[in-house]
Amino acid sequence: MNRLTQRAALAATAFLLFAGAAAAQEQTIDDRINAVFSGATGWFVSFIFSPFPGTSFPWIVAWLVIAATVFTIYFGFIQFRAFPHSIALVKGDYSDPDDAGEVSHFQALATALSGTVGLGNIAGVAVAVGIGGPGATFWMILAGLMGMASKFTECTLGVKYRNEFEDGHVSGGPMYYLTKGFAERGLPGGGILAVLFSIFCILGSLGGGNMFQANQAHQALTGVLGDYPGFITGLIFAAIVFVVIIGGLKSIASVTEKVVPFMAVIYVGTALIILIMNADMIGWAFGQIFAGAFTGLGVAGGMVGALIQGFKRAAFSNEAGVGSAAIAHSAVRTKEPITEGFVSLLEPFIDTVVICTMTALVIIITQQLVIDEATGNYLLNEAGTAIRTVGDTSGVGLTAAAFGSSFSWFPTILAIAVILFAFSTMISWSYYGLKAWTFLFGEGKTKELVFKVIFCIFVIIGASASLGPVIDFSDAAIFAMAVVNIIGLYFLMPIVKREVNSYLDRLKSGEIKKFKH
Amino acid sequence: MNDKFVVGYDGSEAARRALDFAMDRDAAQGATVVIAHVLEWSPYSFLTPTELEERHMRRKEELNRAEKSIITPAKAAVEGKGVPVETVLRYGHIADTLCEVADKMEAAQIFIGRNGHSRFGSRVFGSVAGSLVQTAPVPCTIVP
Repeated sequence: MNRLTQRAALAATAFLLFAGAAAAQEQTIDDRINAVFSGATGWFVSFIFSPFPGTSFPWIVAWLVIAATVFTIYFGFIQFRAFPHSIALVKGDYSDPDDAGEVSHFQALATALSGTVGLGNIAGVAVAVGIGGPGATFWMILAGLMGMASKFTECTLGVKYRNEFEDGHVSGGPMYYLTKGFAERGLPGGGILAVLFSIFCILGSLGGGNMFQANQAHQALTGVLGDYPGFITGLIFAAIVFVVIIGGLKSIASVTEKVVPFMAVIYVGTALIILIMNADMIGWAFGQIFAGAFTGLGVAGGMVGALIQGFKRAAFSNEAGVGSAAIAHSAVRTKEPITEGFVSLLEPFIDTVVICTMTALVIIITQQLVIDEATGNYLLNEAGTAIRTVGDTSGVGLTAAAFGSSFSWFPTILAIAVILFAFSTMISWSYYGLKAWTFLFGEGKTKELVFKVIFCIFVIIGASASLGPVIDFSDAAIFAMAVVNIIGLYFLMPIVKREVNSYLDRLKSGEIKKFKH
Repeated sequence: MNDKFVVGYDGSEAARRALDFAMDRDAAQGATVVIAHVLEWSPYSFLTPTELEERHMRRKEELNRAEKSIITPAKAAVEGKGVPVETVLRYGHIADTLCEVADKMEAAQIFIGRNGHSRFGSRVFGSVAGSLVQTAPVPCTIVP
């Protein structure tokens, strides 16, 4: 096994060198990578996004929304009932002062957020609104609110069934609750689900957690610096990721982790200022969002098109039901696993209901989408696949144009934000992927190194390929995780129900008290 | 009378001066010296996923290290002078935690040493002595 993995590492390194050398001679390497990439992943993408027969509605989107609805109802709208308590937990009102120095609820939430707040909020929303129109925003917010219940369920289980090793470090996530939780309930198949989840998690970490990020970071850079080949961005990013995750240069990761929240605040702050500057348009924008949600306002696929885009982007952005956050949240120090569930439900709220909605509103209010004056509907581009935009932009370019129309200097800030977000998301996902990898292959330096090298190679591929195939593969891999994770959640949700009932009873009776600080 | 004198102690030269000063007062009044070491910590800081995973392990290591290299030698020094001694090892904001410790122990006084940062430095980074003077629940002696 060891020799095999070492060989794989060598082969991977050889490929890396080859890619670098070939790139030096061949200017069209981007196109080649693109062709090979779409060829290799097309079948997987078509399977995940195959629609229900006779409709254009992908089964996977229904799968996520139904799950979020089931959890919302099963737990009696826990996301609204427990919202104030969640905030009290994050503030530390219920944290034992003697546990100071351990991972706090705030820290677990902040780290999980830095893995999810990122390009989904900037570029992903632009893609959704660009294709599905303003109406997509409505469905995105709805999916975000419902997704809070999914996140609550998975993060509670993540903490409850984590592994605590003798030296004190912890490992948690769906792999662990699928195996241990199923065993505890006497159900078969937990092991198989855990293995499947891990495989998809590795693919997801290479896709949405890596290639999509590299790709959009490259787009952001070309937006500021002018066009140049993607593999250059890829190589630079891969080198930095390499020093951090392989070289153990923790300071870069720590700095990013501290800068990212500030960038998020700057981003939301600027969006708010733009909204205030255009306060008279906010009513109109919401009108467009509601009208678009139920009629489509001329977008490709009509109302269903808007709905699919909204749901897809929400799921991709906040990852509720995907299982990734359960890995990040599981390190918290608490005697009650359910408390982390409460805290985690804030994540889709901040990510989707607040930040994503800001992006969508700015794009709509700054009128980047071209409206046909005669009909009031949106005009489509030449291919008929997306709405025509003012500067013919899409993805992160559309967001940059929207913010740039109010503040000409903003695209530069946005490019920095995109790069930092991309980087912090990559670091988080390299960790999620690694956890899945070590779950499959066991812990060990060489085994971990193989994964990390593969991760770096995918950074280069991601930056070089064009947006279409990358975004499709990213979505497909991440949604495949959700397929397995949600099956597990259905079987394990009675356990969460027991926990939540017991906790809320004790909270009510005064047994669980706030600590004096 | 068995008063408690809380000494904020971090092993530095200034902290040692504060400890000596408190011991002299203790010897005269028959009070107990409480050596309090606070490891700077905020529950609102930002950590990477790997740091989260290892936090519990690191905390144990940090506590062991502090106990061994800071608390134990200081305790030995106080005991050597025949002064009764207790120790406290906590995580948190240094000034706030010292106040909490003093409050909880119903201490008579807090002693700390002063590092002597410039005024600019204190403005930027804050100063333990400054915040302690403003918030301490008991009289506070700052030893230069």
